Amino acid sequence: MHNSSLDIIYADNKLSLIFKGELTLYDISKFQKKTDSIDFAKYKTAVLDFTNATHLDSAVAIFVANLEKKFASNEIETETVCDKRDILNMMALVKSQKSRYSKKAEPQKIGVLEKFGRVIYYKYSLFVFFMAFIGELFANWLHYISSLKHIRYKEIFFEINESGVKALSIVSITNFLIGIVVSYQSAYQLKIYGANVFIVDMLGISILRELAPLITAIVIAGRSASAYTAQIGTMKITQELDAMKTMGFNPYKFLVLPRIFALMIVVPILIFVADIMGIIGGMIIASIDLGISSTLFLDRFGDVIAAKHFFVGIAKGPFFGFLIASIAIHRGLSVEDNTQSLGANTTKSVVEAIFAVIVCDAFFSIILTKLGI
Amino acid sequence: MSNIIEVRDLRTVFEDRIVHDGLNLNIKKGEIYGILGSSGAGKTTLLREMVMLQEPQSGTINVLGYNLKNIKYEDAQKLIQQWGVLFQSGALFSSLSLRDNIALPLVEYTDLSKAMIDEIVEFKISIVGLKQSDGALYPSQLSGGMKKKAGLASSLVMDPELLFLDEPTSGLDPISVREFDALIVKLRDNLNLSVVMVSHDLQSVYDTIDSLAIIDNKKIVYEGSLKNISNAKSDFVESFFKIDNKEGLIL
Repeated sequence: MHNSSLDIIYADNKLSLIFKGELTLYDISKFQKKTDSIDFAKYKTAVLDFTNATHLDSAVAIFVANLEKKFASNEIETETVCDKRDILNMMALVKSQKSRYSKKAEPQKIGVLEKFGRVIYYKYSLFVFFMAFIGELFANWLHYISSLKHIRYKEIFFEINESGVKALSIVSITNFLIGIVVSYQSAYQLKIYGANVFIVDMLGISILRELAPLITAIVIAGRSASAYTAQIGTMKITQELDAMKTMGFNPYKFLVLPRIFALMIVVPILIFVADIMGIIGGMIIASIDLGISSTLFLDRFGDVIAAKHFFVGIAKGPFFGFLIASIAIHRGLSVEDNTQSLGANTTKSVVEAIFAVIVCDAFFSIILTKLGI
Repeated sequence: MSNIIEVRDLRTVFEDRIVHDGLNLNIKKGEIYGILGSSGAGKTTLLREMVMLQEPQSGTINVLGYNLKNIKYEDAQKLIQQWGVLFQSGALFSSLSLRDNIALPLVEYTDLSKAMIDEIVEFKISIVGLKQSDGALYPSQLSGGMKKKAGLASSLVMDPELLFLDEPTSGLDPISVREFDALIVKLRDNLNLSVVMVSHDLQSVYDTIDSLAIIDNKKIVYEGSLKNISNAKSDFVESFFKIDNKEGLIL
């Protein structure tokens, strides 16, 4: 690329540093090693010779300025030999800039107590922000449902299409496969006892009551929670939210509530589809593996599966939808003005949504069983 | 003086729209070269082609002696370290502080010590007119003008020979614009830079530019110094510089 060198000549009490070639920041560490080996106490004068240097960049100029300072502090007189205007200009520029700013203030040390306090305060401010979100959500909710005119049907239907209709295929396939898996594993166990026909009871209750709602909610959490957080987070970074506010469009009415309503409407419908697909999956395996024909399967299904199991499953839908949408949007609004926080919040949004869905499902399980439903 | 950038017979096509057709220009070492034209004339596209972000359909672009067409990977890496680019919005990395943004190429490409990197970063922060205390801030905490200055500092960090500026003064207040113009001239004088800039601001053009090219109708309609601009035959030139045919150019 280019040739450069630093030769150091030691003579009695005089030191000569001869710089040659094109001096750039790639050379500095090489030069640094050479100058570090100088025993400063021995010398009285130093000559910096740039006669054979062709170019000097600002980084090397800083290096040279530091070197001169070091010589000065060791009471060595420095003489610079140079006949090129460019190089002299650069060194003068560096010196004049350096004199303009004093040594930067060291970052002040933070004690353990203060660090702890800062963390607590940060968590507290997150909690306050969350409470404010909940408060604003319900205030707007009340206004929203106070009159039919306030409801933004267009946005709601748009979101139903985005998060519901477009998710139909993935929800169907997932639940179909879950039906197959559960049926296949139970068939193997039931065969041992010759209790083949109980596959219907087992599939009916487990899929209608627990599996279909849970799997559907998890798929929607992965699909829509990430989308909502990323959308709203990006809108926040690009100041679209601020623009909306100044134009008098309340983001809660235009962005937040339509998404929440959409998911609350669409998740029960998806659960219904999931029920059908899961049972079909189970039915296929039952007829192949256990020899239970579909007519027999459906006959017994009608006899042993109470309608309440179906309704319990569907009833979980709006709650799951609400949790997924509100967590995702809260995370979207928490995005700060940088790309890293967008990624972090999207991750958190999906994880928290799935976690909340499972916790909510556990509550339902306990409460409904206690109530005898 | 020698040319550091030469563009020959450049042709750029976006789907069915021809942006450049037979465009030629020469940029000399050490000058501040302005690229002007109405919006949509392909100024930024031309700049993007010069810094290898986009490839033209045909024609050659020579930058610092390298032909950008079929350039080898090693050559491209060398070339990239010899230029700095300031994008319209500053394009700082939002997850890094200003100081880390500027230090990034030094950390990645050189084996300098931490102390030396800090000193170089301090020097660059100071030379673009920012305060040392601004170094700890993140891009989202900077104002528009500070972002531009910070972007300039980070494009200058490797001491490039060549600096590309894409509308450096857009979105700044008039006082900041003048400051920024003065800064660019000062940097050119002090750091031996050559500057290629796309600009919309008439005052900036008068204050900074040594020579300019005007893109109109897919070609360069004028290339040269400001003095002879009234010779150019172009609607854009007439409306932009408000040339009165009787009196000539009013400066």
